[in-house]
Amino acid sequence: MKLNLLKSSNKPKNSESIWRQPLAVVGIGIIATWTFLAVFAPWIAPFDPNAQDADKFLSPSSVHWMGTDELNRDIWSRIVYGARISLPYSILLVFLSATLGSIVGAISGYAGGKVDSFLMRVTDIFFAFPGIVLAMAVAAALGPQIRNAVIAITIVAWPVYARLVRGLILNAKQNDYVTASALLGSSSRRTMFVDLRPNLSGPVFVLASLEVGNALLLLSGLSFLGLGAQPPTAEWGAMVSMGAANFDRWWVGLFPGLAILTAVLAFNFIGDALRDALDPRTAKALRD
Amino acid sequence: MKEIIKLSDVVVDYYRNGNTVRAVAGVDLTLNSGEILGLVGESGCGKSTLGKAIVGILQPSQGEITFDGQVVKKLTRGQRPSHFRNLQMIFQDPYGSLNPRRKIGVQIADGLLVAGMSKKNALAKAEDLLEKVGLPRAAISRFPHQFSGGQRQRISIARALAASPTAIIADEPISALDTSSQAQVANLLVKLVEEFKMGMIFVSHDLSIVRRISDRVAVMYLGKIVEIGTVDQIWNNPSHPYTKALISAIPHADGNSFMPKDLPGDVPNPLSPPTGCRFHPRCQLAKPDCRISEPRLVRLSDNRDVACVLQNAGTSPNSISLD
Repeated sequence: MKLNLLKSSNKPKNSESIWRQPLAVVGIGIIATWTFLAVFAPWIAPFDPNAQDADKFLSPSSVHWMGTDELNRDIWSRIVYGARISLPYSILLVFLSATLGSIVGAISGYAGGKVDSFLMRVTDIFFAFPGIVLAMAVAAALGPQIRNAVIAITIVAWPVYARLVRGLILNAKQNDYVTASALLGSSSRRTMFVDLRPNLSGPVFVLASLEVGNALLLLSGLSFLGLGAQPPTAEWGAMVSMGAANFDRWWVGLFPGLAILTAVLAFNFIGDALRDALDPRTAKALRD
Repeated sequence: MKEIIKLSDVVVDYYRNGNTVRAVAGVDLTLNSGEILGLVGESGCGKSTLGKAIVGILQPSQGEITFDGQVVKKLTRGQRPSHFRNLQMIFQDPYGSLNPRRKIGVQIADGLLVAGMSKKNALAKAEDLLEKVGLPRAAISRFPHQFSGGQRQRISIARALAASPTAIIADEPISALDTSSQAQVANLLVKLVEEFKMGMIFVSHDLSIVRRISDRVAVMYLGKIVEIGTVDQIWNNPSHPYTKALISAIPHADGNSFMPKDLPGDVPNPLSPPTGCRFHPRCQLAKPDCRISEPRLVRLSDNRDVACVLQNAGTSPNSISLD
């Protein structure tokens, strides 16, 4: 027993490195693969994703690895090209909603009082709607287009960041170093950017990495419902939608579904690992 | 000697759930350049509150605090006026008073950057200041978690020095440190006060340290100052029963089996302070009169003020005995 204790305490510090976590490595591997496919899509995809040269509903074969869809298009090529929509847009989405939410949360936490109450009630209103329903409403109101889907999802996704950042600011601004900084002549704006911002970046980054998967799901969801990417753009959610309409041809829906599944799962693995790496206390509490 | 800080009849209230807690109930005090004024008292007597009001963290509800001739205003969201940046504070908690996410150097340089110095010069000055407080110049690029409590407190001092202060409020700067660091930090403060000719209010409940480093001592009880005098006067001839009780409660390690005297009872709830003299419920010498009239601070002799009915103005202090 004693020996074990000694042994574990002598473990090198970098055992908490992200590379030591198998799931994180799997996640990074999957995302790296998808990124590679997206970047080199024109060279990797065997066919033009929009070419209607084959027959419709060909089952998977050595020519069409994943078969063809209702409109005679090669599904594997469309999945490869689809990565060019899903990955960058979900990262853009997370970036936009994290920025918007952080700004709202920071103002709310720092200003306090009535401003805080007002902004937090607004946040509550957004929280009260199921995300996909609100996103559908906004996207439908703006018109079905990938750009509008991005706006819709940003509107749905920012409140989590606002809550997080507000809490962090409320917590951090009680510290004496904030007072000390004010005594030295920092205005509250300077305090916010110089003293409080460094306390936010870690947690916001972790939340954002956990949210990439969600954003991808929401974006695919909107496309599935016809409110995101419009035909003939190759997009995974829209492809699953076609699969749902042709349920007897299993390959039409299954492969794009698998693409969404692997990408979301991989983003979540990476997010979990990042949280563990950047917040050692939580990670340790979970392990013990 | 020049008066740097002057308080006249300062009252500080806390408001919570409709109740008003009068943490500081009318304090007159002056601080001169080049001196250390020890502010002592039990926990909850309002000494930290008073310190915070002096620098402008709290707004006094009555009375006036002036720093170098100008009335101190509460901190706002905007920049603190440059005149008042010469009035700095050192905090009790060495962990909360430094930003864990920022390097030491930039934290010290902050005050200089705000004042318009270039980043390069400010960081060079920060190195000088680190050396001044006894830390290596290389510490500039390290983070707070790489330092011990005592070292952190010295970094906080360096940060306050960056504003070239003429007065510093040290709010229990050594209470959270271990004994060896306590002495180091206390000695550093004495050295800096001498070197920069600034005034310092040293808030503490540690009487032996206060005795060692202060020039004058103000004793506070339940929001009021009960006695002010030089260290010698206070220690050798305390003229308020509370001061006497505080001093006899200091443990001595001289091997004569003398046990410190216990002051019975607790500090009363400041929500409903006792009538008359605030100390009378715990005072062994209390007379019926003490329940009715509240004694004012009267001058006994040079630099010597006391608020007790047992002492008459204009005469040398009557000796008091608690036994």
